[in-house]
Amino acid sequence: MTEPTNSGESQEAIVVQGLVKRFGDVTAVESASFSVGRGELFGFLGPNGAGKTTTINMLTGLARPDAGTISIGGIDCTRDPKAAQHLTGVVIDESNLYAELTGFDNLCFCAALHGMRKAERKAEARRLLESFGLSEAAHRKFAGYSKGMKRKLTIAAGIIHRPEILFLDEPTTGIDVASARQIRQLIADLRRHGTTVFLTTHYIEEAERLCDRIAFIVAGRTVRIDTVENLVQPVKQKHVVQISYASAVENIQTRLSEAFPDLEFRTLSEGSIQVTARAGIPVGPLVRFLEEQGAEVAEARRMRPSLEDVFVEITGIEADAMRKEKEKSGGGGGGGAS
Amino acid sequence: MNKWIAFWNILAKDMRTYYLKPPNISWGLIFPLAWTGMFFVKSGADQEDMLTLLPGVVAVSILFGTTSLLSVTVTFEKKNRSFERLLIAPISLRLLMLAKTSGAILFGSINAFVPVILALFFVDLSQVAWGAFVPAIVLVAVASTFLGLFIAVAVSEVFEAQTFSNFFRFPMMFLCGLFFPISQIPIYIRPLSYIAPLTYGADILNGAVYDANVMPYALDFAILVAFCAVLFTASLWQIKRRWIA
Repeated sequence: MTEPTNSGESQEAIVVQGLVKRFGDVTAVESASFSVGRGELFGFLGPNGAGKTTTINMLTGLARPDAGTISIGGIDCTRDPKAAQHLTGVVIDESNLYAELTGFDNLCFCAALHGMRKAERKAEARRLLESFGLSEAAHRKFAGYSKGMKRKLTIAAGIIHRPEILFLDEPTTGIDVASARQIRQLIADLRRHGTTVFLTTHYIEEAERLCDRIAFIVAGRTVRIDTVENLVQPVKQKHVVQISYASAVENIQTRLSEAFPDLEFRTLSEGSIQVTARAGIPVGPLVRFLEEQGAEVAEARRMRPSLEDVFVEITGIEADAMRKEKEKSGGGGGGGAS
Repeated sequence: MNKWIAFWNILAKDMRTYYLKPPNISWGLIFPLAWTGMFFVKSGADQEDMLTLLPGVVAVSILFGTTSLLSVTVTFEKKNRSFERLLIAPISLRLLMLAKTSGAILFGSINAFVPVILALFFVDLSQVAWGAFVPAIVLVAVASTFLGLFIAVAVSEVFEAQTFSNFFRFPMMFLCGLFFPISQIPIYIRPLSYIAPLTYGADILNGAVYDANVMPYALDFAILVAFCAVLFTASLWQIKRRWIA
């Protein structure tokens, strides 16, 4: 945790201690503790159902914790969630603006909810529509927007009152690549201008690219919190090769493990296998072995170990499987960082 | 922060997106006309009896106008999660729900004057005690709106809101003494009349229009205010329990 500043104002924007949330017999969040520094971009990663959204709901006042404390900007949220809502902007994992209102009117309405005066909210709405590339659609109803446009406008609505702390729940899920890229650029800009950002995403490469620190949450527990650099450090020593082959071969992973006991094999999908080792990987013998087994090798590529490998190691869940599951439930897919 | 900016904009947004939509305006006009016609046909009444039917048509117009729209709009916004936008706004839940219900109260109150304006063309309304009639309309609109809110926060789906509303509305309509006196209702059902807020509103309206109230106005107003307070408080409690759980 960071120390208080000389002025006595804590450097921490969010402090969570022993947070617990139960739904009947199910414990959604179990003793979560973490802190987020002022101006930090903090990633909150975990598989579906890990407790990410429940945690955000408690932090934003949409759910009450069963135990633990939350401090937002020094305000005890468990006692006075409304006071903390002056400091926060929230973008939930759905584009939840008003279908009947235009983009411009939606932004003005959201600004009014935070007490902004008419002239100020109109000027700010125009500025945001311009910077999100939505000026031409400003006077079209929200219902007629594309998925990407809806997401961008929802994010604009979350920041129109210039919050000190922004909660972003899955901001790029289900949108096109260009919109996702624009949103990521915006998140980076917000952080540069001093906004504290609490980000949940299932695009691990997105978190790796954007975040200062990341917390992994699995089955309601925060299992690891560290900077991206420190998290990736152990896997950086590893050598990874990904081999793609055309024809299906039965029990190929077992056969490879028997033939190359010093290497670790992981089937990524049918026709794709990942090889990991502490030392160099003998790609030639591996390819020859696979072809002897009847596999037609199409490609063998050395991979840069990434946060995704850390995620798989910590959660035991394939990031790709998590992404597909999320996109199936969220619809569409704008993809990871590009 | 000026919380009244938020209050006014929630009210204005609801008026614009729900209550002032052409289908709702036409519904607000047709509904009282249909009720008036129905009671005339059913009772075989003549023009002079319009005065005795007026409190009933006014009260039923308010009851149906407010409960239908409010319970549906709140359930709809909860379902599509736009209601969460309001819950995370830095205004108290009490003020937020007052803003959310004000549109329905206004709509119900304005709706009530449709049959009054129609009646002006047929009967002499000079003996109506407007000093009791107008506050009664507003209070019946508040009580009906808060009943709609209570229904909205108890259900999850829009269709459930409509079904559940009828569970309250139809019995209340026939038991409140608007279309036949409570004294004519079988004694074992009569207690139900006295737990319906509309009974007290109907009593004031009957008294204001043709001097036929059975309870003192002060008692009617006091009980109606108590109903409003209980329904609103119970709704806030339900929201905290179910939606900010």
